[in-house]
Amino acid sequence: MGGFLSFVKKETLHILRDSRTMLIALLMPVAQILLFGFAVSTEINNLNVAVVVPQWSEDIRQSVEKLSANPYITYKGSITPGEIDQWLRSGRTDAIVVFASDFDRLINQWKQTGTSETAMQFVMDASNTNIAQAGAGYLTNILAGELMSSASMVETHMLFNPQMKSAFNFVPGIMGMIFILICAILTSVSIVREKETGTMDVLLVSPVRPMRIILAKMMPYLALSCINLTTILLLARYVLGIPMGHNLWIVIIISLVYFALALSLGLLISTIAKKQIVALLVSAALMLLPIVMLSGMLFPIENMPAVLQPLSAIVPARWYIDAMRKLLIQGASWNLVFQDFIILVGMTIAILGIALKNFNDKLE
Amino acid sequence: MSNNQYIIEVKDLTKQFGAFTAVDHITFEVKRGEIFGFLGANGAGKTTAMRMLCGLSYPTSGTGTVAGFDVRKEGEKIKRHIGYMSQRFSLYEDLTVLENMELFGGIYGVDKKTLRERAATMLKRLEFYDERNTLVGSLPLGWKQKLAFVVATIHKPEIVFLDEPTGGVDPITRRQFWEMIYQASSEGTTIFVTTHYMDEAEYCHRVSMMVDGQIKALDTPANLKKTFNAASMDEVFRTLARGAERGD
Amino acid sequence: MNDTLAIEVKGLSKSYGNVQALDKVTFDVHRGEIFGYIGPDGAGKTTLFKILVTLLNADEGSASVDGLDVAKDYRAIRSRVGYMPGKFSLYPDLTIEENMDFFATLFGVNVEQNYDLVAPIYKQIEPFKKRRAGRLSGGMKQKLALSCALIHKPSVLFLDEPTTGVDAVSRSEFWDMLFNLREQGLSILVSTPYMDEASRCDRIALVNNGRVLDIDTPQGMVDKYDKHLYGIKAGDMYELLKTLREESSIASCYTAGEYHHAVAGNGFDAAALKQRLITAGFCNVDIKQLAPDIEDVFIHLLSNEQ
Repeated sequence: MGGFLSFVKKETLHILRDSRTMLIALLMPVAQILLFGFAVSTEINNLNVAVVVPQWSEDIRQSVEKLSANPYITYKGSITPGEIDQWLRSGRTDAIVVFASDFDRLINQWKQTGTSETAMQFVMDASNTNIAQAGAGYLTNILAGELMSSASMVETHMLFNPQMKSAFNFVPGIMGMIFILICAILTSVSIVREKETGTMDVLLVSPVRPMRIILAKMMPYLALSCINLTTILLLARYVLGIPMGHNLWIVIIISLVYFALALSLGLLISTIAKKQIVALLVSAALMLLPIVMLSGMLFPIENMPAVLQPLSAIVPARWYIDAMRKLLIQGASWNLVFQDFIILVGMTIAILGIALKNFNDKLE
Repeated sequence: MSNNQYIIEVKDLTKQFGAFTAVDHITFEVKRGEIFGFLGANGAGKTTAMRMLCGLSYPTSGTGTVAGFDVRKEGEKIKRHIGYMSQRFSLYEDLTVLENMELFGGIYGVDKKTLRERAATMLKRLEFYDERNTLVGSLPLGWKQKLAFVVATIHKPEIVFLDEPTGGVDPITRRQFWEMIYQASSEGTTIFVTTHYMDEAEYCHRVSMMVDGQIKALDTPANLKKTFNAASMDEVFRTLARGAERGD
Repeated sequence: MNDTLAIEVKGLSKSYGNVQALDKVTFDVHRGEIFGYIGPDGAGKTTLFKILVTLLNADEGSASVDGLDVAKDYRAIRSRVGYMPGKFSLYPDLTIEENMDFFATLFGVNVEQNYDLVAPIYKQIEPFKKRRAGRLSGGMKQKLALSCALIHKPSVLFLDEPTTGVDAVSRSEFWDMLFNLREQGLSILVSTPYMDEASRCDRIALVNNGRVLDIDTPQGMVDKYDKHLYGIKAGDMYELLKTLREESSIASCYTAGEYHHAVAGNGFDAAALKQRLITAGFCNVDIKQLAPDIEDVFIHLLSNEQ
């Protein structure tokens, strides 16, 4: 056991001495959460708005004044219906408010009966979903106010990206990615580095069993992942305000399974790769890319081409992200994530099995 | 101005990195056509000195010319007029013999026609013309090193810098390699070799011994052995380097 | 198994694809002997070492280290050998002390236990023990690597090209350390591409392209050389070489430094040759008979091969 502990100590020293990598590993989740949470957020500081007015009236003039007086909106002037497309495409405006030609009459009808035909239309540039979604909300608030709280008065068209996503979906995505990065990529690179520098030869020519060497190498990265899990959950709870509580222990159990799976993947890569650069490339190509593209982190699985959907099923992160999404965002409990859990456990056993089969005492 | 007899003339050349003086006021000349051995222990300052001579590093103080160009002002011109071969990087393994020659010839601005003719002559002289379309990666080490020398001289430089050129090759190849160097030298090319293997020193016309950034001795191998009353250059070096303070 | 042998290698072969790294290699190393395995890159040195320290399986043949079979008893062998691979194989981001401690615990010992054996070497670098290994000079790295390889008191030491890339002073110090270890009873197998290190070994094997050319004591190798060798120099060494190659009384001629080395053939007459060279316009002609060194022997063996 003394040998094992001295191994863990040595690995920890490696990580501590390489302060740059360690800082990146520890700060990356914080930075990503904050970045996705705020910088790439739903908040809008400056929405460019133009209007299409078939016939000016007092009510319309008042509405346009409300727009130009709002500090979050820059009023770009009035344009003709034919210019709508070109203004949006060129980016001169983010949103266009189209007033109906009999706006005053429709407003009055609404006030009296509570129903009317559509009185105005928002045409949004939805190539940036967040701006489009939030912008539409802003405009509705400003223009309709207490008058038109019913959606039927306003018709919103989302162009270029009709699919709108939930704002906190990125948290499970980041978790799925970061743990693979730390457990699989950093571990495999650190094993392969020893092969490359020749120290692995010296280690193998010692009485310590190779499997112990590898296990010891994984420990510090496991610890690092636990720290990161804590950070992410704390940030999610207290900075983003995602509620959690009753199912926290399920989050932790499934995360631990995912760590084991990622570590097994790292071991598998290290049995194949002979050079650090190969380990990095293999990890990036086999893991990061599928996670980003296929796990549902960015693109919902239901919207993928039919060919890719079964492919996404073999990406472990898909199941983890799915489970985390249900647990953290929908507040689900055991029965809803049980399937994800079973799949993750199965994958871990399979990958570990292949890795151990590949791994031999000579690491040839 | 540079004296035509000398291809390298260096006076009080010094390079400091902060408080550390890597090269400490070295002064020497190398004659045209000479095989000059630039020897020293690990960390004696050989590499730094050579980088200055090749125009890759700017001296802190001192003056020098290489092939008639000022090491302080005309680094770019120096680079065009020298050849360089190091043990670490020599040729692209995934290109053929001819492709490597054309690549490096092209880099030095040799026109295509001259390049073709020259490559053919050089390869035929080595009895290697039949292998011109072989990938360099599949050649034995000895051949790679001989080819590296050919490639380093494809633009007919006046002086070639060789950085530990013969590490790890078998004795026969090593002798063939030195034969090529002798041949280049007899055709007027100056050869500047750095090495810390003292048996290489015996091949040189003159050698300098660098210890702790300074040149401690400079003479023909025969004279050095006489001066230090030593049987081999190895012994000369050990006598000189015993007092060395620093390693790499 | 012969108890007086530290290493016994019988008909060992190993190939990687088309490359025959080892071709029926047979030799043995006696206890308390420094045995040099000498040959250029591609001679199969590293492959042989990896097989003997149980990192690699041979295709054919057998080998034993310290009386134990490398294939069957590899676990037992691993705690009895010290191995210094060709590349610098310590952790550059750990200090001298941390490296030592780590390698000691790896073998289940502590540094104090076997301090006597490593002391003569380790004392030289101990003043710098808080320094990271990556910042040491070549000579110091080598001493640290040797200390780490010795910390568990191995009975057989495998040193794969320990002096490559190390300057002459450090190389000479390194050999002194090896002599010291031999006195303590260690058996040492050392490989090197430098022929000039051969004379420091008790016995040597000259190898090329995976094949052993000859095995003998360094003196025995030189004594077996049955040709007459001459050193010839003149003002223009390259012209001289070309001229000597035309000489019918010279069997072969090659560069060797200050003097070209010429193997005398039928009817060689030094005085007459000198006269002919002077007549041909060479200045400063000198011809002297030479005792061959290991390189001359190696070249002779290689040309017999080809």
